[in-house]
Amino acid sequence: MTIVPAEKIYEGTRIPARCPTILDVDPAEHDLDDILTVNFGPNHPSTHGVLRLIVQLDGEHVAGIEAVIGYLHTGFEKTMEAKTYWKGITYPERIDYLSFQANELVFVLAIEKLLGLSTPEKATWMRMCLSELNRIHSHLVWLGTSALEMGAISMFWYAFRERDMVLDLFEMVTGVRMHTRYFQVGGLAEDIPEGFYAQAREFARHMPRAVNDYEGLLDRNKIWLERTKGIGLLSAADALALGQSGPMLRASGVDWDLRKAMPYLAYDEVDFDVPVYPNGDVYDRYKVHMDEMRASARIVGQCITRLEEMRGQPWIADDRKVVLPPREELHTSMESLIHHFKIVTEGYLVPEGQVYVAVESARGECGCYLVSDGGPKPWRVKFRAPSFAALQTLATCLRDTAVADLIAVAASLDPVMGDVDR
Amino acid sequence: MPFGTLKGFGVTLKHIFRQPITQQYPEYKRPVYPRFRGRHRLNRHENGLEKCVGCSLCAAACPSDCIRVVAAENTAEHRVSAGERYARIYEINLSRCIFCGYCELACPFDAITLGNEFELSEYSRDDLIYTKDMLLAEPIKRVPVQDSDLYDTPIPAYKSSS
Repeated sequence: MTIVPAEKIYEGTRIPARCPTILDVDPAEHDLDDILTVNFGPNHPSTHGVLRLIVQLDGEHVAGIEAVIGYLHTGFEKTMEAKTYWKGITYPERIDYLSFQANELVFVLAIEKLLGLSTPEKATWMRMCLSELNRIHSHLVWLGTSALEMGAISMFWYAFRERDMVLDLFEMVTGVRMHTRYFQVGGLAEDIPEGFYAQAREFARHMPRAVNDYEGLLDRNKIWLERTKGIGLLSAADALALGQSGPMLRASGVDWDLRKAMPYLAYDEVDFDVPVYPNGDVYDRYKVHMDEMRASARIVGQCITRLEEMRGQPWIADDRKVVLPPREELHTSMESLIHHFKIVTEGYLVPEGQVYVAVESARGECGCYLVSDGGPKPWRVKFRAPSFAALQTLATCLRDTAVADLIAVAASLDPVMGDVDR
Repeated sequence: MPFGTLKGFGVTLKHIFRQPITQQYPEYKRPVYPRFRGRHRLNRHENGLEKCVGCSLCAAACPSDCIRVVAAENTAEHRVSAGERYARIYEINLSRCIFCGYCELACPFDAITLGNEFELSEYSRDDLIYTKDMLLAEPIKRVPVQDSDLYDTPIPAYKSSS
């Protein structure tokens, strides 16, 4: 981890002393009689879900803030304890509903680590390919909605046009546009369709051009610069102290990416850049997202090249105790049918133990802590949600900002409330 | 005016000459891909008997517990399915269904498949509980499907009937 030497963002720390998430009104600076308490959310279109912010306003300025979360608490982690591992795969994707493949991947990787199961090469590369496509999808939703909130409505249309191309790819390969359950323990649920290669390659070629268009619209746009430059400041030291990861950390000048630092899947075999920007403001977070989309498109291109050489290879491990037997065997082999019934009804037994697996999702370190008691159901599942960590910087980032910038800053943290509340 | 803003206008201008990407949805239906997982269907054998034997494996596989199966014995006078038993009651609560397709994966007889219908809105929640008759019937609206040679692998033959 290297910290990029930056111009001074601010002196010392801006993290509120009593509690890092609550900014109290300072009586020395503000006349308490002038303070107006405003509820921002939970049902506000700019909160990216159901986030409630209790904002203390002194005129136009944010004097105090407190985030109230829990409106989207669904109890996924607890529900997963009552489901077998195979059924549980459908749950994590719904936690962070924008980067669903990353959550699915981290859960599947955790089970595979406990089982000591290795996956075919094709599955590894396809997982990487879909994870990167998903990163582009997540960033596009972020870009479209954040820009829309700051008045750039055409960005929304352009970003969602490309997003639809990604979703088309997902639909072609997995059958649904989101929440795919395509990654199964041992590999992939189905083989890759022939049409995927050409269409994904075309998308990987198209995406950098589209990002150029977005940057043409926003990069030097006067209004965009005014709304984003020097707003929502977070220094590298504060970002590290608040446990940031992903684009939040990289926009604060810390070069940390799990794909490079602790390569999983086959990230050590592909060539890509990790963008790092030093200023820690909304504009730099935007730039990190843009460059990451380019890097992801590059990885997708490399994955397709490798996957094309692997046509005809198996896409799932041949372990009859864990993996559902091939479909055509069900009518001919009694043994396969027994395995099939066992896996579907009772599930497979996972050896006792605990693991923590982390992947770089679109918002940062997405981790899964899994405890198994040796049974067919997880004893405890816990997800390390990057959005939750990002939301903790809200009080630090929002110091001395105007209420109009509140939306820009909250959006730049890229929180997905499903991920925060779980 | 700064040059940067003009560049943005350039992008906008470029888009004037592009084809619109809007799809006029109710009139035009984009063909779904062959693997698309839409509304469930119960299938029959060619001789008219139901493929479902009421084993409840789909209900066991369902992560959201939205399938209810009550089985009954086939008799010589009243033969419904090819096996010993048949599903007397088969209900799917589509308001709970997450369209993961695990029922389709679980079914050893290819009796339940996820079809291509996605227009499932109803005015009442009760109407979203699909009974066996509704699931056995041919869907009224047909959704076009893309070329399955290109977008599906040839192995899952069980999908071709849906």
